[in-house]
Amino acid sequence: MSTDVILGFAVAGTFVLYALFGGADFGGGVWDLLASGPRKAEQRALIARAIGPVWEVNHIWLIVGMVLLFAGFPRAFAVLSVALHVPLTLLLLGIVFRGAAFTFRAYDTRGDAVQRRWGLVFSGASVFAPLLLGMCVGAVVGGTVRVEGRVVTSGFFASWLTPFAWAVGALALCLFAFLAAVYLTHEAPSTALREDFRRRALGSGVAVFLSALAVLLLARDGAPRVWEGLLRSPFALALHVGTAVAAVASFGLLWTRRFRWARVAAALQAGLIVLGWAASQHPYLVVPDVTLQSAAASPGAQRLLLVALGVGTAIVVPSLVLLFRVFRPVLSSSAVGVGSRT
Amino acid sequence: MTDLLYARAQMGLSLAFHIVFAAAGVALPVLMVLSDWKARRTGDADYVKLSQKLAKGTAILFAVGAVSGTVLSFELGLLWPEFMGQYGEVIGLPFSLEGVAFFTEAIFLGIYLYGRERVSPGLHLVSGVMVAVSGAASAFFVTLVNTFMNHPSGFTLSATGPVDVQPLVAMFSPGWQYQTAHVLLSCYQASAFAMAGIHAFVLLRHPGAAFHKKALSVALPLACVTALLQPVVGDLSAKHVAKAQPVKLAAMEGQFETERGAPLRLGGLPNVETGEVPYALDIPKGLSILAFADPDAEVKGLNAFPRDEWPPVGKVHVAFQVMVGTGSAMALLALASLVWRWRKKAWPHGRRWLWAWLLSGPLGVVAMEAGWLVTEWGRQPWILRGVMRTADAVTPVPHLAAPFWTFTAVYLFLGVTVVLLLVRQVAGTLPGRAGDALEGAAHVH
Repeated sequence: MSTDVILGFAVAGTFVLYALFGGADFGGGVWDLLASGPRKAEQRALIARAIGPVWEVNHIWLIVGMVLLFAGFPRAFAVLSVALHVPLTLLLLGIVFRGAAFTFRAYDTRGDAVQRRWGLVFSGASVFAPLLLGMCVGAVVGGTVRVEGRVVTSGFFASWLTPFAWAVGALALCLFAFLAAVYLTHEAPSTALREDFRRRALGSGVAVFLSALAVLLLARDGAPRVWEGLLRSPFALALHVGTAVAAVASFGLLWTRRFRWARVAAALQAGLIVLGWAASQHPYLVVPDVTLQSAAASPGAQRLLLVALGVGTAIVVPSLVLLFRVFRPVLSSSAVGVGSRT
Repeated sequence: MTDLLYARAQMGLSLAFHIVFAAAGVALPVLMVLSDWKARRTGDADYVKLSQKLAKGTAILFAVGAVSGTVLSFELGLLWPEFMGQYGEVIGLPFSLEGVAFFTEAIFLGIYLYGRERVSPGLHLVSGVMVAVSGAASAFFVTLVNTFMNHPSGFTLSATGPVDVQPLVAMFSPGWQYQTAHVLLSCYQASAFAMAGIHAFVLLRHPGAAFHKKALSVALPLACVTALLQPVVGDLSAKHVAKAQPVKLAAMEGQFETERGAPLRLGGLPNVETGEVPYALDIPKGLSILAFADPDAEVKGLNAFPRDEWPPVGKVHVAFQVMVGTGSAMALLALASLVWRWRKKAWPHGRRWLWAWLLSGPLGVVAMEAGWLVTEWGRQPWILRGVMRTADAVTPVPHLAAPFWTFTAVYLFLGVTVVLLLVRQVAGTLPGRAGDALEGAAHVH
């Protein structure tokens, strides 16, 4: 296998991980915004507790993806930075406000009104950012970003404001909210709270299905290449069948309250959706003018990048395992013990 | 203002903002681990409290550093797509290693901050050490990128861009050892001086506060050692610049004519029209001695280079004077404090000493920002010295005033909020203040 295909896989893998971790993190913010009912405060406290130690880590996957892109496929990075300048800048503002407000809420202890204000900034940005992220993806696969030579010719707005891009944005938002709700059923310390998030998981699961359907229908006109990829390539087709199986499984497991396994199935479902996206646009990095090969760095540079990736994996993965083991949900302990901060 | 200027202003603003938080992310973990270690050794509750306070400070500063760093990784492309499109592959290696280091730092910071009651004391301390080590590593790798921009190497230039790319050579471009040492020291120095300034301020108002005396005794050793090492490293760095980037040195020193036995000009405002530096104090042959260790060495002047390759001479010179001036003041204070420490066997706690440390508190950050301006302004008009002009790298996206003003407002807001939060953290430790009640409230969320 050539280095650009391996690196292409690595970029796709990074986006899968970003969806599974960073996405769920955004989803947590969505449920913070939508917290309701008699256990409103407990819901928010659970979300804050689950996100607290890991949110910074969860968002580094995005940086890793960026770095792999500009080091491995510099031309694609340049094209996307120009064509998607506006939504990426807005996404950045969302990321900045989200992270800062979450931290400020934890350390700005002047009372409920201030906390609520930071909470609103945090949760509002958590809705705004995934939507933009999805719209950028929609522009990349939709074939609306056009390049001649090294010049982007499709303008700065038209490519990402298509109905198809909006639908992908909605899908990203629903998917992240669904993931977060499923994860939280597993982390909830009480049965009542678990039921709250089970209802939310089932509801957002339906929303994922509907928005995925919308994406599919709009793809026929909005992203003809993806539409073809979905139907023709046997590899992509297998991925989509896998996604469907995982989706049904996560629904069934949620329905029967097998939360630990529901979590696995939901993560599988989300991961396969992202991989399905990657497979259906292969071999393009930016459909239809930039391919893996045309944007690739020199083979020597790519090989060294793969070495760096190996070193990074060897250091980061064991550390991550340790992190998640340390903060694995302790069902029996009281909320105070779990949430204490020093 | 042109779009190019707005792009430069936005990049400059983002970096100037991020640098402060990044430096804190490198240095505060060291101070935090030091006090943690002291707490373990002495069993003193004040050191426990200090390490917890420092951990909170680190949490706030690291969070803002993480988001502003994310902004920067995107802005490289958003503002300079031609630079990244052509040279991303040449310089991607240190960027990816920086990513690994940053990842490790964030993971262990999570364990350190939130895991105090979940992991063994040994693992907790090891996590703190990992945070400090990976923080330093990430500053090291990212500085290598800047060294490359100052002295591009590891590729052959062709009409379509770089060919024959050797990322390992590019990663260690000439001068890397001086620049990384200079930057790392500045992170520790700026943070230690800021911390010393804060605690000196409290001690001036509450002379009996034992907690703050101990805090000062943690900050002062690091502040003194770095302040004395920095002029040495800075001198090595300047000697390298004199050889490798003579036009930058000429701008730093306001040297217009090439001459033997060039004087060192302290202060002054260079006038590019007349080629003079009025209001400067000249030390005969000083520059030749400092730059080449020879009183009669020839120093190249700006006039030896085409006018369109001059950096903004006035800005570079003034920023350099500010850096050297503040650095010298800090070195003097450090030397005096160390002499006192050596003779009296205790760190100085008198009011005059505290005033001196209070007034030097901001100098580390000032010197760091000024030094960064020297290297960035001093490289203009190039983004990649001698290879690509900044004007040729800028994005074709119009109306760059909009993102510039937006990010200016955002960073202003974040900066003010962080300062307020940190002030409240310090206020919680004042004698007679119910600091524990405040902390209790923090546990709710």
